[in-house]
Amino acid sequence: MVEIYLLSILMILGAILAIWVHNLIAAVISMGIVGFGLALSFMFLGAPDLAIVQIVVETMSLVILIAAIIKTTEVDSPDERRLSRVSIYIGSAAFFIVFLLISVKVFRFLPVFGSPTLRMASDYITSGFDKTGAPNLVAAVILNLRGFDTLGEATVLFTAVIGLVVVLRKIGRKK
Amino acid sequence: MSEIVKTVSRIFAPLIIVFGIYITLHGHLTPGGGFAGGIVIAGAIILLVLAFGGIKERLERERKTTSRLESSGILLFWLVGSLGLLIGGIFFLNFLGKGIPFTIFSAGIIPICNIAIAAEVGGAISTILLALVLFKKEEE
Repeated sequence: MVEIYLLSILMILGAILAIWVHNLIAAVISMGIVGFGLALSFMFLGAPDLAIVQIVVETMSLVILIAAIIKTTEVDSPDERRLSRVSIYIGSAAFFIVFLLISVKVFRFLPVFGSPTLRMASDYITSGFDKTGAPNLVAAVILNLRGFDTLGEATVLFTAVIGLVVVLRKIGRKK
Repeated sequence: MSEIVKTVSRIFAPLIIVFGIYITLHGHLTPGGGFAGGIVIAGAIILLVLAFGGIKERLERERKTTSRLESSGILLFWLVGSLGLLIGGIFFLNFLGKGIPFTIFSAGIIPICNIAIAAEVGGAISTILLALVLFKKEEE
Protein backbone atom coordinates (compact mmCIF):
# COMPACT_ATOMS: atom_id res chain seq x y z
CA MET A 1 0.00 0.00 0.00
CA VAL A 2 2.95 2.35 0.59
CA GLU A 3 3.68 2.49 -3.17
CA ILE A 4 0.12 3.61 -3.92
CA TYR A 5 0.33 6.46 -1.37
CA LEU A 6 3.76 7.58 -2.64
CA LEU A 7 2.52 7.52 -6.25
CA SER A 8 -0.59 9.49 -5.27
CA ILE A 9 1.54 12.19 -3.62
CA LEU A 10 3.77 12.31 -6.74
CA MET A 11 0.72 12.63 -9.01
CA ILE A 12 -0.78 15.44 -6.92
CA LEU A 13 2.57 17.29 -7.01
CA GLY A 14 2.72 16.83 -10.79
CA ALA A 15 -0.79 18.21 -11.22
CA ILE A 16 0.01 21.26 -9.06
CA LEU A 17 3.22 21.82 -11.05
CA ALA A 18 1.28 21.63 -14.35
CA ILE A 19 -0.95 24.50 -13.22
CA TRP A 20 1.88 26.50 -11.69
CA VAL A 21 4.59 26.67 -14.40
CA HIS A 22 4.38 29.22 -17.21
CA ASN A 23 6.25 27.24 -19.87
CA LEU A 24 3.62 25.14 -21.63
CA ILE A 25 5.96 22.27 -22.56
CA ALA A 26 6.91 21.93 -18.89
CA ALA A 27 3.19 21.87 -18.05
CA VAL A 28 2.52 19.08 -20.56
CA ILE A 29 5.42 17.02 -19.20
CA SER A 30 4.08 17.51 -15.67
CA MET A 31 0.76 16.13 -16.89
CA GLY A 32 2.79 13.14 -18.12
CA ILE A 33 3.89 12.55 -14.50
CA VAL A 34 0.21 12.22 -13.57
CA GLY A 35 -0.55 9.81 -16.41
CA PHE A 36 2.44 7.51 -15.99
CA GLY A 37 1.98 7.55 -12.19
CA LEU A 38 -1.58 6.39 -12.81
CA ALA A 39 -0.32 3.58 -15.08
CA LEU A 40 2.13 2.47 -12.35
CA SER A 41 -0.65 2.50 -9.75
CA PHE A 42 -2.73 0.26 -12.01
CA MET A 43 0.21 -2.15 -12.17
CA PHE A 44 0.58 -2.17 -8.37
CA LEU A 45 -3.17 -2.73 -7.95
CA GLY A 46 -3.03 -5.73 -10.30
CA ALA A 47 -4.78 -4.37 -13.41
CA PRO A 48 -2.41 -4.92 -16.37
CA ASP A 49 -5.26 -4.43 -18.90
CA LEU A 50 -5.78 -0.86 -17.76
CA ALA A 51 -2.04 -0.23 -17.45
CA ILE A 52 -1.43 -1.10 -21.14
CA VAL A 53 -4.20 1.26 -22.28
CA GLN A 54 -3.08 4.03 -19.92
CA ILE A 55 0.58 3.90 -21.03
CA VAL A 56 -0.26 3.99 -24.75
CA VAL A 57 -2.90 6.74 -24.40
CA GLU A 58 -0.61 8.86 -22.22
CA THR A 59 2.30 8.58 -24.67
CA MET A 60 0.11 9.46 -27.65
CA SER A 61 -1.54 12.43 -25.94
CA LEU A 62 1.89 13.72 -24.84
CA VAL A 63 3.18 13.49 -28.43
CA ILE A 64 0.11 15.21 -29.88
CA LEU A 65 0.08 17.97 -27.24
CA ILE A 66 3.80 18.68 -27.67
CA ALA A 67 3.36 18.78 -31.47
CA ALA A 68 0.49 21.23 -31.03
CA ILE A 69 2.46 23.44 -28.60
CA ILE A 70 5.62 23.65 -30.75
CA LYS A 71 3.58 24.99 -33.67
CA THR A 72 1.86 27.68 -31.59
CA THR A 73 3.23 29.42 -28.52
CA GLU A 74 5.40 28.13 -25.74
CA VAL A 75 4.65 30.54 -22.91
CA ASP A 76 1.38 30.86 -21.09
CA SER A 77 -0.18 34.29 -21.57
CA PRO A 78 -0.49 36.17 -18.25
CA ASP A 79 -4.11 36.35 -17.14
CA GLU A 80 -5.59 39.63 -16.05
CA ARG A 81 -6.06 39.88 -12.31
CA ARG A 82 -9.48 41.13 -11.30
CA LEU A 83 -9.28 39.87 -7.71
CA SER A 84 -6.45 40.66 -5.35
CA ARG A 85 -4.10 37.91 -4.22
CA VAL A 86 -5.33 37.92 -0.60
CA SER A 87 -8.96 37.31 -1.51
CA ILE A 88 -7.94 34.36 -3.75
CA TYR A 89 -5.99 32.79 -0.87
CA ILE A 90 -8.84 33.35 1.62
CA GLY A 91 -11.37 31.84 -0.82
CA SER A 92 -9.23 28.76 -1.47
CA ALA A 93 -8.65 28.24 2.26
CA ALA A 94 -12.37 28.52 2.98
CA PHE A 95 -13.20 25.99 0.24
CA PHE A 96 -10.53 23.61 1.52
CA ILE A 97 -11.79 23.79 5.12
CA VAL A 98 -15.42 23.17 4.09
CA PHE A 99 -14.36 20.27 1.85
CA LEU A 100 -12.29 18.76 4.68
CA LEU A 101 -15.16 18.99 7.18
CA ILE A 102 -17.60 17.35 4.75
CA SER A 103 -15.15 14.60 3.81
CA VAL A 104 -14.45 13.78 7.47
CA LYS A 105 -18.20 13.24 7.87
CA VAL A 106 -18.64 11.26 4.65
CA PHE A 107 -15.53 9.08 4.35
CA ARG A 108 -16.37 7.16 7.55
CA PHE A 109 -19.19 5.43 5.70
CA LEU A 110 -17.06 4.23 2.79
CA PRO A 111 -16.23 0.50 2.71
CA VAL A 112 -12.66 -0.63 3.42
CA PHE A 113 -10.28 -0.53 0.43
CA GLY A 114 -10.45 -3.78 -1.54
CA SER A 115 -13.80 -5.01 -0.20
CA PRO A 116 -16.62 -3.94 -2.53
CA THR A 117 -20.17 -3.72 -1.26
CA LEU A 118 -21.74 -5.04 -4.48
CA ARG A 119 -22.72 -8.71 -4.11
CA MET A 120 -23.01 -9.01 -7.91
CA ALA A 121 -19.26 -8.40 -8.33
CA SER A 122 -18.27 -11.38 -6.18
CA ASP A 123 -20.68 -13.51 -8.20
CA TYR A 124 -18.91 -12.44 -11.40
CA ILE A 125 -15.53 -13.39 -9.92
CA THR A 126 -16.60 -16.83 -8.69
CA SER A 127 -18.69 -17.97 -11.66
CA GLY A 128 -17.44 -15.80 -14.56
CA PHE A 129 -15.17 -18.47 -16.03
CA ASP A 130 -17.87 -21.16 -15.90
CA LYS A 131 -20.46 -18.90 -17.50
CA THR A 132 -18.37 -17.53 -20.39
CA GLY A 133 -15.36 -19.85 -20.82
CA ALA A 134 -12.90 -16.96 -21.03
CA PRO A 135 -9.84 -17.21 -18.73
CA ASN A 136 -9.35 -13.42 -18.78
CA LEU A 137 -12.04 -12.35 -16.34
CA VAL A 138 -11.94 -8.71 -17.45
CA ALA A 139 -12.85 -9.68 -21.03
CA ALA A 140 -15.58 -11.96 -19.69
CA VAL A 141 -17.14 -9.13 -17.73
CA ILE A 142 -16.85 -6.27 -20.23
CA LEU A 143 -17.80 -8.22 -23.35
CA ASN A 144 -20.25 -10.86 -22.16
CA LEU A 145 -21.73 -10.23 -18.74
CA ARG A 146 -21.77 -6.45 -19.19
CA GLY A 147 -21.72 -6.21 -22.99
CA PHE A 148 -24.34 -3.48 -23.03
CA ASP A 149 -22.04 -1.12 -21.09
CA THR A 150 -19.25 -1.64 -23.63
CA LEU A 151 -21.66 -0.93 -26.49
CA GLY A 152 -22.51 2.40 -24.85
CA GLU A 153 -18.81 3.16 -24.37
CA ALA A 154 -18.06 2.46 -28.05
CA THR A 155 -21.00 4.66 -29.03
CA VAL A 156 -19.58 7.52 -26.96
CA LEU A 157 -16.25 7.26 -28.82
CA PHE A 158 -18.04 7.06 -32.18
CA THR A 159 -20.11 10.16 -31.39
CA ALA A 160 -17.02 12.07 -30.28
CA VAL A 161 -15.27 11.31 -33.58
CA ILE A 162 -18.37 12.35 -35.58
CA GLY A 163 -18.47 15.64 -33.66
CA LEU A 164 -14.77 16.30 -34.29
CA VAL A 165 -15.02 15.56 -38.02
CA VAL A 166 -18.11 17.77 -38.34
CA VAL A 167 -16.45 20.67 -36.51
CA LEU A 168 -13.24 20.42 -38.57
CA ARG A 169 -14.78 19.82 -42.02
CA LYS A 170 -14.18 22.16 -44.92
CA ILE A 171 -17.79 22.76 -46.03
CA GLY A 172 -19.43 25.64 -44.23
CA ARG A 173 -16.28 27.00 -42.62
CA LYS A 174 -16.30 30.79 -42.65
CA LYS A 175 -13.32 32.59 -44.12
CA MET B 1 11.40 14.37 -39.97
CA SER B 2 15.02 13.26 -40.27
CA GLU B 3 16.27 10.09 -41.94
CA ILE B 4 16.91 8.35 -38.59
CA VAL B 5 13.32 8.80 -37.44
CA LYS B 6 12.00 7.60 -40.81
CA THR B 7 14.17 4.46 -40.81
CA VAL B 8 13.37 3.54 -37.22
CA SER B 9 9.63 4.02 -37.67
CA ARG B 10 9.72 2.05 -40.96
CA ILE B 11 11.24 -0.88 -39.05
CA PHE B 12 9.12 -0.63 -35.92
CA ALA B 13 5.63 0.25 -37.20
CA PRO B 14 4.88 -3.25 -38.64
CA LEU B 15 6.05 -4.85 -35.39
CA ILE B 16 3.78 -2.54 -33.38
CA ILE B 17 0.83 -3.42 -35.63
CA VAL B 18 1.52 -7.16 -35.22
CA PHE B 19 1.71 -6.70 -31.43
CA GLY B 20 -1.65 -4.87 -31.50
CA ILE B 21 -3.23 -7.71 -33.48
CA TYR B 22 -1.77 -10.23 -30.99
CA ILE B 23 -3.21 -8.32 -28.02
CA THR B 24 -6.60 -8.17 -29.74
CA LEU B 25 -6.80 -11.83 -30.74
CA HIS B 26 -5.60 -13.09 -27.34
CA GLY B 27 -7.88 -10.68 -25.48
CA HIS B 28 -9.90 -13.43 -23.85
CA LEU B 29 -6.80 -15.37 -22.74
CA THR B 30 -4.19 -12.82 -21.58
CA PRO B 31 -4.37 -9.24 -20.27
CA GLY B 32 -5.34 -6.83 -22.99
CA GLY B 33 -8.31 -6.93 -25.29
CA GLY B 34 -9.93 -4.92 -28.01
CA PHE B 35 -9.41 -1.53 -26.43
CA ALA B 36 -5.68 -1.96 -25.80
CA GLY B 37 -5.06 -3.63 -29.17
CA GLY B 38 -6.91 -0.95 -31.13
CA ILE B 39 -5.03 1.82 -29.35
CA VAL B 40 -1.66 0.14 -30.04
CA ILE B 41 -2.53 -0.14 -33.76
CA ALA B 42 -3.60 3.52 -33.80
CA GLY B 43 -0.27 4.37 -32.16
CA ALA B 44 1.58 2.76 -35.07
CA ILE B 45 -0.50 4.77 -37.56
CA ILE B 46 0.20 7.98 -35.62
CA LEU B 47 3.93 7.16 -35.64
CA LEU B 48 3.87 6.72 -39.43
CA VAL B 49 1.91 9.95 -40.02
CA LEU B 50 4.20 11.96 -37.73
CA ALA B 51 7.38 10.52 -39.28
CA PHE B 52 6.49 10.63 -42.98
CA GLY B 53 3.74 13.23 -43.30
CA GLY B 54 2.26 13.08 -46.79
CA ILE B 55 0.38 15.12 -49.35
CA LYS B 56 -3.14 16.31 -48.62
CA GLU B 57 -5.00 14.04 -51.06
CA ARG B 58 -3.33 10.91 -49.73
CA LEU B 59 -4.11 11.82 -46.10
CA GLU B 60 -7.70 12.53 -47.14
CA ARG B 61 -7.94 9.02 -48.59
CA GLU B 62 -6.44 7.54 -45.42
CA ARG B 63 -8.97 9.41 -43.30
CA LYS B 64 -11.82 7.98 -45.34
CA THR B 65 -10.41 4.46 -44.83
CA THR B 66 -10.03 4.84 -41.06
CA SER B 67 -13.49 6.38 -40.84
CA ARG B 68 -14.96 3.37 -42.64
CA LEU B 69 -12.98 1.02 -40.37
CA GLU B 70 -14.42 2.73 -37.31
CA SER B 71 -18.00 2.60 -38.59
CA SER B 72 -17.73 -1.07 -39.58
CA GLY B 73 -16.29 -1.89 -36.14
CA ILE B 74 -19.23 -0.46 -34.24
CA LEU B 75 -21.65 -1.99 -36.78
CA LEU B 76 -20.11 -5.46 -36.25
CA PHE B 77 -20.35 -5.06 -32.46
CA TRP B 78 -23.99 -4.04 -32.68
CA LEU B 79 -24.68 -6.91 -35.10
CA VAL B 80 -23.21 -9.50 -32.72
CA GLY B 81 -25.38 -8.19 -29.90
CA SER B 82 -28.52 -8.21 -32.03
CA LEU B 83 -27.83 -11.75 -33.29
CA GLY B 84 -28.01 -12.88 -29.67
CA LEU B 85 -31.36 -11.11 -29.42
CA LEU B 86 -32.62 -12.83 -32.59
CA ILE B 87 -31.37 -16.32 -31.73
CA GLY B 88 -31.90 -16.59 -28.00
CA GLY B 89 -34.01 -13.60 -27.05
CA ILE B 90 -31.30 -11.93 -24.90
CA PHE B 91 -29.17 -9.01 -26.02
CA PHE B 92 -25.45 -10.06 -26.06
CA LEU B 93 -26.30 -13.73 -25.57
CA ASN B 94 -23.24 -15.96 -25.98
CA PHE B 95 -24.76 -17.99 -28.81
CA LEU B 96 -21.57 -19.57 -30.21
CA GLY B 97 -20.76 -22.04 -27.44
CA LYS B 98 -17.77 -21.97 -25.14
CA GLY B 99 -15.41 -24.36 -26.93
CA ILE B 100 -12.27 -25.70 -25.27
CA PRO B 101 -10.95 -23.24 -22.65
CA PHE B 102 -7.46 -21.71 -23.04
CA THR B 103 -7.49 -22.06 -26.85
CA ILE B 104 -7.85 -19.18 -29.27
CA PHE B 105 -11.20 -20.33 -30.68
CA SER B 106 -13.10 -20.38 -27.41
CA ALA B 107 -15.38 -18.26 -25.25
CA GLY B 108 -18.04 -17.80 -27.93
CA ILE B 109 -18.64 -14.23 -29.07
CA ILE B 110 -15.88 -12.64 -26.96
CA PRO B 111 -13.10 -12.83 -29.65
CA ILE B 112 -15.49 -11.39 -32.29
CA CYS B 113 -16.41 -8.56 -29.95
CA ASN B 114 -12.70 -7.95 -29.29
CA ILE B 115 -12.02 -7.62 -33.03
CA ALA B 116 -14.99 -5.25 -33.42
CA ILE B 117 -13.83 -3.07 -30.50
CA ALA B 118 -10.26 -3.00 -31.86
CA ALA B 119 -11.48 -1.81 -35.28
CA GLU B 120 -13.68 0.81 -33.63
CA VAL B 121 -11.04 2.20 -31.25
CA GLY B 122 -8.14 2.07 -33.71
CA GLY B 123 -10.21 3.70 -36.43
CA ALA B 124 -11.50 6.38 -34.06
CA ILE B 125 -8.10 7.44 -32.71
CA SER B 126 -6.49 7.48 -36.20
CA THR B 127 -9.46 9.45 -37.57
CA ILE B 128 -9.03 12.06 -34.84
CA LEU B 129 -5.32 12.50 -35.62
CA LEU B 130 -5.82 12.57 -39.40
CA ALA B 131 -8.68 15.09 -39.12
CA LEU B 132 -6.46 17.39 -37.03
CA VAL B 133 -3.53 17.05 -39.48
CA LEU B 134 -5.81 17.76 -42.46
CA PHE B 135 -7.30 20.79 -40.68
CA LYS B 136 -3.78 22.17 -40.20
CA LYS B 137 -2.86 21.50 -43.84
CA GLU B 138 -6.00 23.24 -45.12
CA GLU B 139 -5.34 26.31 -42.98
CA GLU B 140 -1.95 26.86 -44.57
